[in-house]
Amino acid sequence: MEFDATMLSRIQFAFTVSFHIIFPSITIGLATLIAIWEGLWLKTNNPYYLQLAKFWIKPFAITFGTGVVSGIVLSYEFGTNFSRFSEITGPILGPLMAYEVLTAFFLEAGFLGVMLFGWQRVSAKMHYTATLVVAIGTWISSFWIIAANSWMHTPAGYEIVDGIFHVSSWFEVIFNPSMPYRLGHMLLATMITACFVVAGISAYYLLKKQHTVFAKKGLSMTMWFALVLTPLQAFVGDLHGLNVGQYQPIKLAAMEGIWPAWEESVPLLLFALPDMEAEKNNAEIGIPKLGSLILTHSFDGGVQGLKSVPPEDRPNVPLVFWSFRVMVAIGMGMIFIALFALVLRRKDRLYENKWFLGLTVSFTPMGVIAVLAGWYVVETGRQPWVVQGLLRTSDVASLLPPERVLFSLIMFVIIYSLLLGVYLYFMGKLIRKGPPKMEQLEQQLIGMKAPGYALAWVKNLIHEEKKRGE
Amino acid sequence: MELSQITFDLPLFYFLILGFAIFMYVLLDGFDLGIGILFPWFESKAEKDHLMRSISHVWDGNETWLIFGGVILFAAFPAAYAALTSTFYLPIMIMLFALIFRGVAFEYRFKSDRSKPWWDFAFSTGSTVAAFCQGMILGAVVQGIPAGVNIAEASMASSWIWVTPFSVMTGFAVMTGYALLAAGYLYMKSRDALQIKAAKYGRRLLVALLFFMMAVSIWTVIDQVEIRQRWLSGLNFLWLSPLPILSILLACVAWQRFDTRNADSDLHEKHVHENWPFWCAAGLFLLGFAGLLVGLFPYLIPRQMTLWSAAAPDSSLQFLMFGIVIFLPLICAYTLWGYRVFSGKIEDYQEGY
Repeated sequence: MEFDATMLSRIQFAFTVSFHIIFPSITIGLATLIAIWEGLWLKTNNPYYLQLAKFWIKPFAITFGTGVVSGIVLSYEFGTNFSRFSEITGPILGPLMAYEVLTAFFLEAGFLGVMLFGWQRVSAKMHYTATLVVAIGTWISSFWIIAANSWMHTPAGYEIVDGIFHVSSWFEVIFNPSMPYRLGHMLLATMITACFVVAGISAYYLLKKQHTVFAKKGLSMTMWFALVLTPLQAFVGDLHGLNVGQYQPIKLAAMEGIWPAWEESVPLLLFALPDMEAEKNNAEIGIPKLGSLILTHSFDGGVQGLKSVPPEDRPNVPLVFWSFRVMVAIGMGMIFIALFALVLRRKDRLYENKWFLGLTVSFTPMGVIAVLAGWYVVETGRQPWVVQGLLRTSDVASLLPPERVLFSLIMFVIIYSLLLGVYLYFMGKLIRKGPPKMEQLEQQLIGMKAPGYALAWVKNLIHEEKKRGE
Repeated sequence: MELSQITFDLPLFYFLILGFAIFMYVLLDGFDLGIGILFPWFESKAEKDHLMRSISHVWDGNETWLIFGGVILFAAFPAAYAALTSTFYLPIMIMLFALIFRGVAFEYRFKSDRSKPWWDFAFSTGSTVAAFCQGMILGAVVQGIPAGVNIAEASMASSWIWVTPFSVMTGFAVMTGYALLAAGYLYMKSRDALQIKAAKYGRRLLVALLFFMMAVSIWTVIDQVEIRQRWLSGLNFLWLSPLPILSILLACVAWQRFDTRNADSDLHEKHVHENWPFWCAAGLFLLGFAGLLVGLFPYLIPRQMTLWSAAAPDSSLQFLMFGIVIFLPLICAYTLWGYRVFSGKIEDYQEGY
């Protein structure tokens, strides 16, 4: 591996995009949960729902803020570090991202101010609308960015004119073959990630015997969600896998560590050390035929292997292979926790079983780790292509002096490490502080009736009266 | 060019949209970056709290215009986006680093105890550096890629291609302008001592900005042959003379409305004129921006790349046009609504969340 400007740009992009994805993968699901709680509060008047919403809005705010600042970087990095890529694919990816900004980013940002700071300035219903709009905005945002990303995996609806991608059908570009699976998989992942963050913190409070009523509500709800969502995710993931097998067989071969150009009766490898030089796996432990069953839904289904293409067209096999296993293992763990919770619930021991609570606490960051691992499978598995089969990553980076990219890369590493440390510190601080007290909530709600400008006008009047009185 | 040709000129439409995005960004993020620039001059913790709270609900929306400007350039003029961003790699990166620091300061400052001075520092330095970088990028773009450097290889040129006496001056000019917008915003959103302080700074900044606008104009006219020809050939100067004249007029009005007298003297009259300085400052930006466009049009990169040569194919431009026509007015409407919800004085703002 040579550390030229292209390699440095790739490392920098991988680093910055990995850092960024941590935050939206929490906020998309968390915004949805907050909207659900606030809606339930309005419907039932049960103050514990409001307490949940008002507590989780704080971690949401710092997570969202960090996501915003790390996201702005990406919108410029396409050009700064991959200028030839942005010139060639700009006519396709540019409009998709512009739609993301127009239909989602502005919406989120425009209503976030009211959601975070407007409790006393708009009516309860209006506030709920703002929360709902922010949540919907995060979903719309995923739609566009997943469409753009999926197009790079399964390009469709394009024609190449003078080396530049032109669009022949926008419908085919947006709803390209892998897009629906990838969108479903990602949205479920963000919901599950948020559920396990909430469940983990709630379990922590229960272990510490603090804020128990609040924590029970949070844990119970998220475990119900997990019970439905985690098996559903396994099902959607399987569909996504079949789609990868159809359109990106080499990626699939790397995920499963399949070397022969064509193999029938593929085993399911639980452990292996893929060796790219020798083109084989070492220390394999596998279950015969199960691989074929999962990948082709038949015991003797054949699968295309890595050796069907020359070495320069293969991704980094160990990285893809192991990232995939990390993701699947975490997913299995989550299904287990959700079922465990169901069993405990029937015995009325959900809030007391120390093993379960401890395990749930340890799974607080697992959703994020699984999302990262999953994205490594997707993105490194596509290499050496940046647009599958059409454009090589090594051909599209900006022509830059290596030291310039090295400078920015070092700066990103320093700044983002700092940022992550600070983020975790303040998360810890918010969790130690706990949810707002019930009395406090009631006091805050008194001023919630009048619209903002009327309130401001009255306050100004009072101020002037006071001045005249002096 | 015939009229029918102009009406269906999609690249021109996007050029205007790009201009609109940049102007909205400069206006909106201008005043909130400006608050950060003015931050060190407000010493007490209470003042700093007020300053921070006055924009904590809008900074995110304001910065979205920067992303919008970036993606419009990417979508409509991919060649220009590729060339400009890779050529001005360093100032863009430094600007992004600075924006990260000032952005997270909003979230953490109010939750911090001992680390508060650090967040103050991150916010003010981040805002100042970001504004300065934007000004320098502007200056560098106006000067264009130096003759003799091939545009395809401009990104390999010296790391310091963007650092010239001229770009350093535009850096300071943009910083001053943002600070003036912030003074106008503060004057509108605060009362009593804070308001008077904003007026005092506002007046000084007004003088500084007028100086910079004049200096930048004269410098470009001397330095850039194409811009000189456009401004000075024939009767052009006569047609364009409203730009400088109106600027001076607006500055005079703003000076007068920045009332530095004690607030007790005549409350009611003051209340009526509070918004004027901000809108005059916005007007000054608009005029300066118009002057810039007059000089640059139709180039995205002076002498090298016009808006037509950099434009994306029609299939892309048409597809995005629907989105812009439908969503941009909506965005403006709910942004306005957001500002209305938070109308009134910052002293009345409650703690958030």
